[in-house]
Amino acid sequence: MEVTYLTAINQALHEEMRRDENVFVMGEDVADLGGAFKVTEGLLQAFGEDRVIDTPIAETVIVGAAIGAAIMGMRPVVEMQFGDFISCAFDQIVNTAATLRYRHGGRAACPLVVRAPSGAGIHGALFHSQNPEAWFTRVPGLKVVAPATAYDAKGLLKSAIRDDNPIIYFEHKRLYRSIKENLPDGDFTVPIGVAENRHPGRDLSIITYGGTLHQCLDATQIVEKEDGLSVEVIDLRSLLPLDRDAILATARKTGKVLIVHEDRLTGGFGGEIAAIIGEHAFDALDGPVRRLAALDTHTAFSPPLEEYILPNTNKIVEAIRSLAAY
Amino acid sequence: MAEPVTAMASPEANARIEYDLQLYYWVKLIRSFEERVSRLHRQNKIVGGVYSGAGQEAIVTGICAPLQPGDFVAPLHRDMGVFLVRGVDPGRLMAQLMGKETGLSRGKDSFLHGGDMERVIFGSTSMLGSSLPVAAGAALKFQIKKENHVAVAFFGEGASSRGDVHEAMNFAGVRKLPVIFVCENNRYAYSTPLEKQMAIEDVADRAPGYGFKGHVVSGNDLLAVVQLSEKVIKRVRDGGGPALIECKTYRYRGHSEHDAALYRDKEELLEWQSRDPIPRYELYLEKKGHDIKRIREEVDERTRKVVQDAVDFAEQSALPEPQEAMEDLYAPTPANSSSNGKL
Repeated sequence: MEVTYLTAINQALHEEMRRDENVFVMGEDVADLGGAFKVTEGLLQAFGEDRVIDTPIAETVIVGAAIGAAIMGMRPVVEMQFGDFISCAFDQIVNTAATLRYRHGGRAACPLVVRAPSGAGIHGALFHSQNPEAWFTRVPGLKVVAPATAYDAKGLLKSAIRDDNPIIYFEHKRLYRSIKENLPDGDFTVPIGVAENRHPGRDLSIITYGGTLHQCLDATQIVEKEDGLSVEVIDLRSLLPLDRDAILATARKTGKVLIVHEDRLTGGFGGEIAAIIGEHAFDALDGPVRRLAALDTHTAFSPPLEEYILPNTNKIVEAIRSLAAY
Repeated sequence: MAEPVTAMASPEANARIEYDLQLYYWVKLIRSFEERVSRLHRQNKIVGGVYSGAGQEAIVTGICAPLQPGDFVAPLHRDMGVFLVRGVDPGRLMAQLMGKETGLSRGKDSFLHGGDMERVIFGSTSMLGSSLPVAAGAALKFQIKKENHVAVAFFGEGASSRGDVHEAMNFAGVRKLPVIFVCENNRYAYSTPLEKQMAIEDVADRAPGYGFKGHVVSGNDLLAVVQLSEKVIKRVRDGGGPALIECKTYRYRGHSEHDAALYRDKEELLEWQSRDPIPRYELYLEKKGHDIKRIREEVDERTRKVVQDAVDFAEQSALPEPQEAMEDLYAPTPANSSSNGKL
């Protein structure tokens, strides 16, 4: 059956809660309302109030309490209503959860999933558009995933719920209802830490993740048709742990790499990818490693401003042509 | 344990006497252990931050004594006593302080950030107050699973200023969670006195704002603390919802061992030392007919041996190998995380 990215997440929650009674869901408006985006719709009716919990507007205790339940053997999946609000839970994530196993000498586990609806392009303005992944990708003890397809959304969420570590799961709001796929019947998972080659190519590589994957694929079609360029598109899917082999393999294959993400340029995750390529595949490069990301400003509200700031298909096409011509 | 001089009437009375003496042993052990730790710090055998709980031993002892196995405890940085009362091997604690492989965190962190989940002691972070939401979550688990356990979180009056504390108490109140918040009000947040921290006298006054009861007790009176905590813990365990216990106390040493605490008035320290929990409890035992002199000697000898054994164990333990710095970051991926084709 063809399902949206949003439905895929909802299915994963239903199926994991059915599979394991220690899985429970907690967050703002997740129970009666079914979530601000309806991602948790139907869970309350299926699993009851003990396992689908509406909380006060208090991200610190949402994450902190989830940590407490997790170390006691539960598998909480908490929702930050908007990924932007994850900053309010920052300390609990990076200090309490990420260091937990380390400071307990390997004798404790924190199987926690923090779902963070993130991303721009929906006129959400400064506080409903953020892509805060780079705040977390440098924190040992955490895992960070950012699915870009319905299949990965479902498979990665299932893997995250079954994992014994704290995981930040970035789901892109713009993808919720804009993409649809046929998903296989029955259970499937997507391994954390493994990238996917979405479009094999010869001339140039794009490395991306999350919301910009589809723009990259669209741009790839355009330059293939109009310029005869063969572009490879690597979807990282997981940012921590990172599939370094996939990054280096595509860099060595094409010799030209364009990194695309919707988060800001400076301090964005693209810098880390570029550094890995520069350090370990320098000899294979035929051009500079380029980055296309949101401009170094806040995600402004008014449509012309937002469009100016964010990457889009046209900007990716231009960036491909410029790098191909180098 | 020392034999009391009084003749025993019933098993209950005997048990009570055992319990009274056990409490005495614990406060003495904590004091003795921490005095040794301070000395080891001066001798550079313990190199990290050391936060003495001297003067506050009655609180952790009185709160933890009525707890049952499986109850959750989140100590604060001054609560060495929680580990001792909950039965953590003193040798492992000392090894933790010395950064040894045999310590709770295998050298990864100092002092009390290493918990012991086998005894359901959660190692708190240095972001004081951040363990209260975690304790609320442990209590949430007990509630969801209908387990007859309680969670206890210790915090200082300093941490009571933090948003984590508010969020945890509000959430606990809303969900009527089986959690006891224990405030050790020692009047100083590092150097900052109470008057600069809060506009009211009692942290306990905040509890009614979250829909539960706040209790105030002298944290230097072991008998009072244990009598209150027995009552409160029972009520919370029986489904009565959360509670806040504020224990008024004073720390004898600085915020940490490198802090001479010159910001405090000497007279104030003397006043509080005259209310020391240990002689006060000895007086109680004496009034109950125990030969306190003999008991003190026996307990001193016993604690001296336990502490010395702990030091010996820690000193003989190996330091971790350098490359172990990269271990214990992640739990292994469980076998069932890959697809088996079935729901």
